[in-house]
Amino acid sequence: MQTLIDILSQPAILVALIALIGLMAQKKNMSDTVKGTTKTFVGFLVISAGAGILESALVPFGAMFEQAFNVTGVVPNNEAIVALALSEYGTNTALIMFFGMVVNILIARFTRFKYIFLTGHHTLYLAAMLAVIMAVAGFDTIGLIAAGSVALGIVMTLSPAILQPFMRQLTGNDNVALGHFSAVGYAASALVGKLFKGSKENSTENINFPKGLGFLRDSTVSIALTMVVMYVIVALFAGPTYIEAELSGGTNFLVFSLIQAGSFAAGVFIILSGVRLVLSEIVPAFKGISTKLVPNAKPALDVPIIYPYAPNAVLIGFFASFLGGIFSMVIMIFTGGVIILPGVVPHFFTGAAAGVFGNATGGFKGSVVGSFVNGVIISFLPVFLMPVLGDLGFANTTFSDADFGVSGIFFGSLANYAGPIAITISLIVILALMAIPVKKKKAETK
Amino acid sequence: MKILAVCGSGLGTSFMVEMNINQILGELGVTGVEVSHSDLSSATPGDADVFFLAKDIAEGGAHLGEVVVMESIIDMDELKTKVTQVLEEKGLL
Repeated sequence: MQTLIDILSQPAILVALIALIGLMAQKKNMSDTVKGTTKTFVGFLVISAGAGILESALVPFGAMFEQAFNVTGVVPNNEAIVALALSEYGTNTALIMFFGMVVNILIARFTRFKYIFLTGHHTLYLAAMLAVIMAVAGFDTIGLIAAGSVALGIVMTLSPAILQPFMRQLTGNDNVALGHFSAVGYAASALVGKLFKGSKENSTENINFPKGLGFLRDSTVSIALTMVVMYVIVALFAGPTYIEAELSGGTNFLVFSLIQAGSFAAGVFIILSGVRLVLSEIVPAFKGISTKLVPNAKPALDVPIIYPYAPNAVLIGFFASFLGGIFSMVIMIFTGGVIILPGVVPHFFTGAAAGVFGNATGGFKGSVVGSFVNGVIISFLPVFLMPVLGDLGFANTTFSDADFGVSGIFFGSLANYAGPIAITISLIVILALMAIPVKKKKAETK
Repeated sequence: MKILAVCGSGLGTSFMVEMNINQILGELGVTGVEVSHSDLSSATPGDADVFFLAKDIAEGGAHLGEVVVMESIIDMDELKTKVTQVLEEKGLL
């Protein structure tokens, strides 16, 4: 019995088992099954290895930032915070991810929300965040997994759902949904865009916009470049004396900063490889099973699917969102407390999408203002998210995208008011609300 | 023969394209084609025979060699046409 518990409390083994079940359910042959299960197992260990590198690159940054400005500086990065969360909450994360997908299928099967969330890495990241929040909230193990899974399934369904009206407007059909946990930011951008309805015809795509920033789409390049800039600026403020005496062991402070910035990108690179290995069997299985069980399912897909609808808005949205991030940072400097630094990766991916939605509802002006608002939203949400993350709230990095912030703050605040009971009640209420309109609609059509 | 789907972070989009290519290969009854996915940084010309990229990163992946650029990454008809074309060129269909 103890051996069994030991096996199941090893997240690497657990995700491998989940992959194994998925592969067997799809009736894959022996060699595919062995290959897939092993890759998933190794993938999880790769993530842990990346987490170590990342942490050793983040700790000096945090120390330098405090020395320089006397406040905590945080660089939001999903991969970084998830890798750190997995080292302590790996088992619960794996179970929440697995059962969360089951809940997603059940909700899609039995309510009018027919969305199947296929962006596997975001599912994994949100599972990790919920594992942390539910643990901080004080659930026991079973309760934690149950509450986390239901919460994950709900967010996997509601996030595409709130965007669908805008997706219909953008794509001109109702077949595909957007599965990216920054939907709140996108919806805000689309709503802000509506204020500029009048100038909707003045689209971003009428502008002859200079190309050549495509290299920022390469996440290793953009992470390394921004981290170098941030690290060097902070190092200049912290000063060589402190860094060389306390952190670098005598190595020149700028050289040290450059290497640490590169190591951060290296850590993210390794984590991404691990995430890819972990997901490579689980997502196709989830997709296959959900198509069988849910007729008329709408696949919710990763965010770049909307970029081709407005390539100029992608770049405009990134800049406007990044400006929103800088604007927010300046406000935080004046108000004190934690400072959220604008990371290029979240601003590029979510800012770009916000730009596309803003353009769809309000043309060029909508795109600019909508993405700016998105940038402000993803800067301020982490400030309120971090306190509900327990020890991980002090990690110098945190979840970057809007829906992580919104759902995390929602469940975390409920836990602060009345602990697990408040969360349980809210989950039941949300599920009930999602189930009700179906009956009404059916009654109307009859 | 090996096909590699590529996107910016190598997580979601390229993965979806990989699954779609696999589905198309199944529909066409073609076997012996290995499909995989990767991010733009890791992909090198030796990784595969043909690379599938979305329009927005076509510029960044030009060095990969035989590149197929997709106008829309969710258009299954377009993907099917392009996969079929590649298979015909390679004499697999």
